[in-house]
Amino acid sequence: MSLTYLASSGVISAEESISALVPKTEELIVGLLGFLVLLWLLKKFAYPQFEATFQERTAAIEGGIEKAEKAQAEAAAALAQYQAQLADARGEASTIRSEAQAERSRIVEEARSEATAAAEQVTSRAAAQMEADRLAAKAELSAEVGRIALDLASRVVGEALSDDARARATVDRFIADLESSSQEGNR
Amino acid sequence: MSSTIVAMAHTADPGFVPPGIGDFNYPPIFPGTAVEWVTKPLLASVLAAVLVFVFFTVGARKRALVPGRFQFAVESTYTFIRNGVARDVIGHGFEKYVPFLVTVFAFIAVNNLFGIIPLIQFPTLARFGFPLMLAICSWLVYLGIGIRRAGFFGYFKSVMFPPGLPVFIYPLLAPIELLQVLVVRPFSLALRLTANMFAGHILLLLFTLGGTYMLTNENLVLKVLAPFSLAGAIGLTSFEAFIEVLQAYIFTLLTALYIAEAMSEEH
Repeated sequence: MSLTYLASSGVISAEESISALVPKTEELIVGLLGFLVLLWLLKKFAYPQFEATFQERTAAIEGGIEKAEKAQAEAAAALAQYQAQLADARGEASTIRSEAQAERSRIVEEARSEATAAAEQVTSRAAAQMEADRLAAKAELSAEVGRIALDLASRVVGEALSDDARARATVDRFIADLESSSQEGNR
Repeated sequence: MSSTIVAMAHTADPGFVPPGIGDFNYPPIFPGTAVEWVTKPLLASVLAAVLVFVFFTVGARKRALVPGRFQFAVESTYTFIRNGVARDVIGHGFEKYVPFLVTVFAFIAVNNLFGIIPLIQFPTLARFGFPLMLAICSWLVYLGIGIRRAGFFGYFKSVMFPPGLPVFIYPLLAPIELLQVLVVRPFSLALRLTANMFAGHILLLLFTLGGTYMLTNENLVLKVLAPFSLAGAIGLTSFEAFIEVLQAYIFTLLTALYIAEAMSEEH
């Protein structure tokens, strides 16, 4: 609207209004050269750098992700390893515990049987000792009883019978009677 | 509002001269020398190319895996076009065309933004020659892709006679499609860009020059109203910043669409 009005009002001439669309040669040339040189320079110095930077950035990000994934896998492996070790240790501990228990009961059993054996030994030794003492006492007693009886008899009879073979036989018989009667009495 | 100001221009003395096409014609910077053809828009376009080059090369040089603020900004600009336009529109085999599309976008965006950058304050691409050349570049690119894919006749046959249509449609369709690919596309690319920049610049000039004129006018009503015009200029500056980047994006997006179409087997 403005243009038409201005043109008709005579502020600008018809020739001038057309000149807005008639390109000037130097503008065509400078515009074209400026643009083409700019395009060529940027294609050479700037745009490849951008693409390279973008690629490096992508690689860096992907590398970072990969690294994180690797670290995560490593952590998981370590955890599994620790858990396996823990389970091993627990198993080992329980084995040791049961072994110790077995050992303990074995030791107790051994001690018990040893003690029993020792006790038996002591008992049998005591029995043997007692038997020996008894036999010794018996032998001594039988000798003593014979002598006392003879003494007594000689005192009663008033004569020495010590060397008499008959007296000796009488005493022996007497003692044998005593023994047999005492044995019967023991029964 | 603009018509009021213009109407007042007739009554006021010495009168308000509204902005016009004359404001887009810059005098030579070195008059009377061999480089008389050097003008402000011309230098601005070269400056834009230098700025874009510095922006991308400095941003690309460090190549840190964890980018700083500047490197991130530069990389974001690159990936905005690389992924948001080239990859999403072209798809398979888009890598080859990323440099072209990114350069087109950045060059147009910086040239456009010159429209609101102090001291320069002129959108270079409002001069029709620059966008025309850019449009011809993208025209050559997509034609080249199509012809390399299907051969010269094969490509134009696929453009003019897309398969699967009733035969009587073709006499109507074929010339329209040919005109579309050969003429309409490049000119619509260039015109859209230039017209947007032109209109934006005219609007900014109108609000700024009008506000200044009203402020210095003896008429008290105009003096009081002047701040509104100047505030409008400030508001429009933000709006222009948006339009300037948007137009760069549209040009890039359409170029990518044309490339994608030329690459695809069926039309």
